Amino acid sequence: MTVRDALNTALDEEMSADPKVFLMGEEVGEYQGAYKITKGLLDKYGPERVLDTPITEAGFTGIGVGAAYHGLKPVIEFMTFNFSMQAIDHIINSAAKSNYMSAGQMSVPIVFRGPNGAASGVGAQHSHCYAVWYASCPGLKVLAPYSSEDARGLLKAAIRDPDPVVFLENELLYGETFPVSAEVLDSSFCLPIGKAKIEKEGKDVTITAFSKMVGYALKAAEILAKDGISAEVINLRSIRPLDRNTINASVRKTNRLVTVEEGFPQHGVGAEICASVVEESFGYLDAPVERIAGADVPMPYAANLERLAVPQVEDISRNHLISGISEMYMWDPCYYWGGTAH
Amino acid sequence: MAVCVRQSRKSIINHVKAKMGLLGLTCLSSSMPSLNNDHRTLSAASLAKDFRNQNSVLENKPTLYRTRRFDSTKPHQRSGVQSNVASSQFLDFPGGKVAFTSEMRFISESPKERIPCYRVLDDDGQLIEGGINVGKEIAVKMYSDMATLQTMDTIFYDAQRQGRISFYLTTIGEEAINIASAAALTIDDFVVPQYREPGVLLWRGFTLEQFANQCFSNRGDDCRGRQMPIHYGSKKLNYLTVASTIASQLPHAVGVAYSLKMDGKDACAVTYFGDGGSSEGDFHAALNFAAVTEAPVLFICRNNGWAISTPTSDQFRSDGIVVRGEAYGVRSIRVDGNDTLALYSAVRAAREMAICEQRPILIEAMTYRVGHHSTSDDSTKYRPVDEIELWRSARDPITRFRKWIESNGWWSSEAESELRSNVRKQLLDAIQVAERTEKPPLVDMFTDVYDAVPSNLSEQEKWLRETIKIHPKDYPSDFPL
Repeated sequence: MTVRDALNTALDEEMSADPKVFLMGEEVGEYQGAYKITKGLLDKYGPERVLDTPITEAGFTGIGVGAAYHGLKPVIEFMTFNFSMQAIDHIINSAAKSNYMSAGQMSVPIVFRGPNGAASGVGAQHSHCYAVWYASCPGLKVLAPYSSEDARGLLKAAIRDPDPVVFLENELLYGETFPVSAEVLDSSFCLPIGKAKIEKEGKDVTITAFSKMVGYALKAAEILAKDGISAEVINLRSIRPLDRNTINASVRKTNRLVTVEEGFPQHGVGAEICASVVEESFGYLDAPVERIAGADVPMPYAANLERLAVPQVEDISRNHLISGISEMYMWDPCYYWGGTAH
Repeated sequence: MAVCVRQSRKSIINHVKAKMGLLGLTCLSSSMPSLNNDHRTLSAASLAKDFRNQNSVLENKPTLYRTRRFDSTKPHQRSGVQSNVASSQFLDFPGGKVAFTSEMRFISESPKERIPCYRVLDDDGQLIEGGINVGKEIAVKMYSDMATLQTMDTIFYDAQRQGRISFYLTTIGEEAINIASAAALTIDDFVVPQYREPGVLLWRGFTLEQFANQCFSNRGDDCRGRQMPIHYGSKKLNYLTVASTIASQLPHAVGVAYSLKMDGKDACAVTYFGDGGSSEGDFHAALNFAAVTEAPVLFICRNNGWAISTPTSDQFRSDGIVVRGEAYGVRSIRVDGNDTLALYSAVRAAREMAICEQRPILIEAMTYRVGHHSTSDDSTKYRPVDEIELWRSARDPITRFRKWIESNGWWSSEAESELRSNVRKQLLDAIQVAERTEKPPLVDMFTDVYDAVPSNLSEQEKWLRETIKIHPKDYPSDFPL
């Protein structure tokens, strides 16, 4: 099953199960979604529940929040999360804070979803990862699926959740196929929010990743296995709440940590994970924590530069902490070293 | 175009199925109209006198397939292109035909005449013409609530000046907009306020004690001490918690209206904003979306002349806010905001149209912010004191309305002094009690961030309690742990 189909079936099943769920965004109806995630839903549920909107992110986001205040369960699609910046006031000031400010009188059961982070050849204004922006705000939950199982289970969880959820997809994963079990295909399937998944067990080093980088981390782990290094790969799934327990338990076992993300290094997801491990498992670390992140530049368009600006599998597998060759470490713009001296 | 047509037809079919027979509505037609001109056989409401020929732009739009219509009216003739005009004389464009002209004429940036302001009572509180159907009971309640609101503002304002509360914001000068609009609504109409509309809550039964508890941020506050003074909210009274972010409430109101529409409720959403708020992007987004989604929502603009220190001349160069409606395809009216009866009847008519025709309505109420913007402001620094005084005395909406109810024999100076002294006493009591009531407990800091308290917040609460236990002197002791 492709991630696209996983998302599409999750939307379909939740819309079918709950008449309060409706979709809104640019091109979600007649056009079936800019990335065809909403394919077939307009025909099935009609224009009252699959709304093509004018091109105003602040408009449909604010209207979604208002509809949620009044008891509907909107799923808002951003054509890319870059465009959510035009609506961020409604996500942060309205959606995230209203339940608290109203003392539980105004809950906001809403999902903001769409592709996030780098795609391919679409430049700085289509390639920004906003995971940490939203993950730094109390009141929001932030999910980032990797596989089809994640996509189905987490999107269903997000729609059923009574709180506002930011759901970060990845354009390049939409067409990827993942095997899924019968359990995942069942319409009752749902994943818990706030739980990471250990994609691959290992004993020498912990690699955390989310979204597309999980696939890279798994490939790096395969390469490392050939060198006799056993890497444990954690798929974060949920950026907020962050599954600190799973991460720390893993680090206490492997004594090494490498974090991987496509976003920028400063104040990134890796920085937060690093802080958590330093606070809770400092004594277990045999080496400084390593962060692998996107280069600290807006995304360049030229394919060669773009490739250099986002982490590659080799950046993970060749990582000096993992291979133990820190003296030979070569500087790479997409490689941000959290260590003290080299 | 084809897209719109199909969607509209679908939504009509759905809606007709769901709504048939409600509200004395008639069936749209025995068969669904065909796509082009048959919608002219549909009917539209005749609730307002003078919009008939103003909205011709809308005529040819397939979205005119309104979902709930009265039988009594006919869509207005499109003034632009007649159907028999030769095709070389117009541009057949998505959204309707546009006539060609050989005259190069730019549309003027300002109309020859400003949009007039609807009023019922003159400056002296006398009916200008004809009668108006407002009974004694509702008129007296409107007056009493306006006077109560004014008294409440004066007393809370003083309490802030005495340092007893941190912040306050009065509604002085705008009592008629608050109370008359509230009176024209039903409790099912969902209010999405800005922050200068506490009168709507008062009308709906929010007690003076509740106002005081919120301003004093005590344990009795419905919002558990989470918001600054005057940011009231009440789910029970269908009044959304006040947002400080200017104009963000406008799209929210459209969302609420869309929800009401989907539920098939005979109610509308009502939102308020100021002249300053009309400059926010959210205003434009909200009007456009409301028009496109055919959402039953009333946009009530309190054009009070000043956005803190910014006069309307620095805020916009249009003829106020009312003219923006037409540009978005939203029916609009300008009303004397200090005329209680004009507001009451305009909002009532607007509400009927919004619900029966499933459409947004824009109301620009012309008024004046007699008070300072808030207690953080001294408006005499940027506007003439004479101007403030003129509006405070000669143009006071409460005095004007009092003259009318007195001339009907419904009010007297005895009733006046009794009301004022009762309200005053009640408020002073409420303030004293609110001041003495204990503050919100520590646990209120951590609840409601999410529906259920997550583990990291339980942990933080535990750490905080442990720290307070170890260092009790470093923490305030006047609230329950």
